[in-house]
Amino acid sequence: MAETLNPRQDLREWLAFVLVWGAAAVVTAVFCWLLGDIVWNGLSRLSWTFLTAPPESAGRRGGIGPILVSTFLILGVCLSVSLPIGVGTAVLLAEFTSDQSLFGRMTRRSLDVLAGVPSIVFGLFGNAFFCKTLGLGFSILSGGLTLACMVLPILIRSTEEGFRAVPANYRLSAAALGLSRSTTLIHLLLPAAVPGLLVGLVLGIGRAIAETAALIFTSGYVDRMPESLLDSGRALSIHIFDLSMNVSGGDANAYASALVLVIMLLLINGTAAWLADRGLHRRIVTV
Amino acid sequence: MIPADSHTKSQPLSSTEMPPSIAVPTPLIQINKLSLHYGDRPAFRDVTLSIGTGGITALVGPSGCGKTSLLTALNRLTDLIPGCRVAGEIRMGNMDVLAPQTNVIHLRRLVGMIFQKPNPFPLSIRRNLEFPLREHGSRDREQIARTIETVLQDVGLWDEVKDRLDSPALALSGGQQQRLCIARALALSPAVLLMDEPCSALDPLSSGVVEDLILQLRGRYTVVIVTHNLAQARRIADEAAFFWVHDGAGRLIEAGTAQQFFEAPRDSLTAAYISGMRG
Repeated sequence: MAETLNPRQDLREWLAFVLVWGAAAVVTAVFCWLLGDIVWNGLSRLSWTFLTAPPESAGRRGGIGPILVSTFLILGVCLSVSLPIGVGTAVLLAEFTSDQSLFGRMTRRSLDVLAGVPSIVFGLFGNAFFCKTLGLGFSILSGGLTLACMVLPILIRSTEEGFRAVPANYRLSAAALGLSRSTTLIHLLLPAAVPGLLVGLVLGIGRAIAETAALIFTSGYVDRMPESLLDSGRALSIHIFDLSMNVSGGDANAYASALVLVIMLLLINGTAAWLADRGLHRRIVTV
Repeated sequence: MIPADSHTKSQPLSSTEMPPSIAVPTPLIQINKLSLHYGDRPAFRDVTLSIGTGGITALVGPSGCGKTSLLTALNRLTDLIPGCRVAGEIRMGNMDVLAPQTNVIHLRRLVGMIFQKPNPFPLSIRRNLEFPLREHGSRDREQIARTIETVLQDVGLWDEVKDRLDSPALALSGGQQQRLCIARALALSPAVLLMDEPCSALDPLSSGVVEDLILQLRGRYTVVIVTHNLAQARRIADEAAFFWVHDGAGRLIEAGTAQQFFEAPRDSLTAAYISGMRG
């Protein structure tokens, strides 16, 4: 019996090796180049003043204080609307509708389609519905609500997966002990589904915080400090877009703003990973 | 060789024909013409069986003959399975188990269940026992602590875990987890314990410990146990019921006291099964 590979197998092995590692190397290289470029060009501008000061001369000078505030407000509106609706729908889909039921299938199909809808479509919808029909105008509220619509499909589907990943015997053993459905849900299933929820949340926030197209039409691009949720506010991603495309001489601040955005995303990812880890331990030890 | 249709000659025993049992005088559970379907697929048909108070009744037979389905009908876990239909009658004391107005939470408190694989919740040992108690209205901390100690002593786990009640239940060994699950069921002071092959997922040593524990429960609880292990059924059962698949559905072939069942089975199929010639 031949212990070594024949030349053809050898070549195939080698090709597979090159393809797999090559693909990984290309992806990593692109990421490093992008990140390196942003850090290289943005780091020198980054300072406490940059983070707190208002922009001057259309953003060429000054900082991004009001823009950060607007970004967080938009994100806050988005999450406070999408989280309860998202978790509620996920519970309905995973715990109270069967896989095969028409309602369940239709809802899931619609969500999957919605998750793939381009953000510009969400932007136009938000503009027509929230800004015009509901009369909220170009405002942080309109922007946040539009983002909530965008984030919901991702949030619902991954939270639902989280619930479905909970072993069926939890439900059976809880029922066999005479525990009510709501108790089982709150005390056993929800904590066990938290990792799925967090994955959805991170993906959702990631999509929301980097969103530009949907916000141009809804929250607008006024770069003043917002005084209420009904004021227009410029999100960080729109600021970057504006500085790099419309403002000559804005590149340096665009780089610095992009660096802030990347750092925020990394922080959110890290926090979610840490929370999921901690949540898992807590769930096992005490709850 | 035994002809395949030999068992059709003898009918399942009805409660009136049942010979008087020594260990179990009064029937607590009376099952009448019970059938169960998953969608269009029958699990078992026309099962009539009475189960006496305080005894250990073993349900034996090959896989897929509806033994586990019968157990889940007794505490109406069948309600949780989409498409599952149960027809017939189950009386437990004077409770009509299958009646729509029956309070299932009350029923399941009365009828504890132990599953094939140990399934403690991903909580601490203490919380596993405390959580169902609190949900059923126990508020007195001292009372709860006393109950926890009593049931853990009942299952022989107290000395092993008393110093680490707050450590995760999932860190216990398989046998310990199964005993914890039994303790969790006992904490609610049920009258009936349903056990679905409680030893089959355990190593021989743990299996022996759990089997001894089941024997200690005799007299205090009415135990209905599904087992594939005939030797185990012979060791522990007061009564035995034998199921077999016939026409695609489980049927009760023979039921009676363990002694009569194992030593002088009336049905030739039972005789073949317990002597290892069939199944």
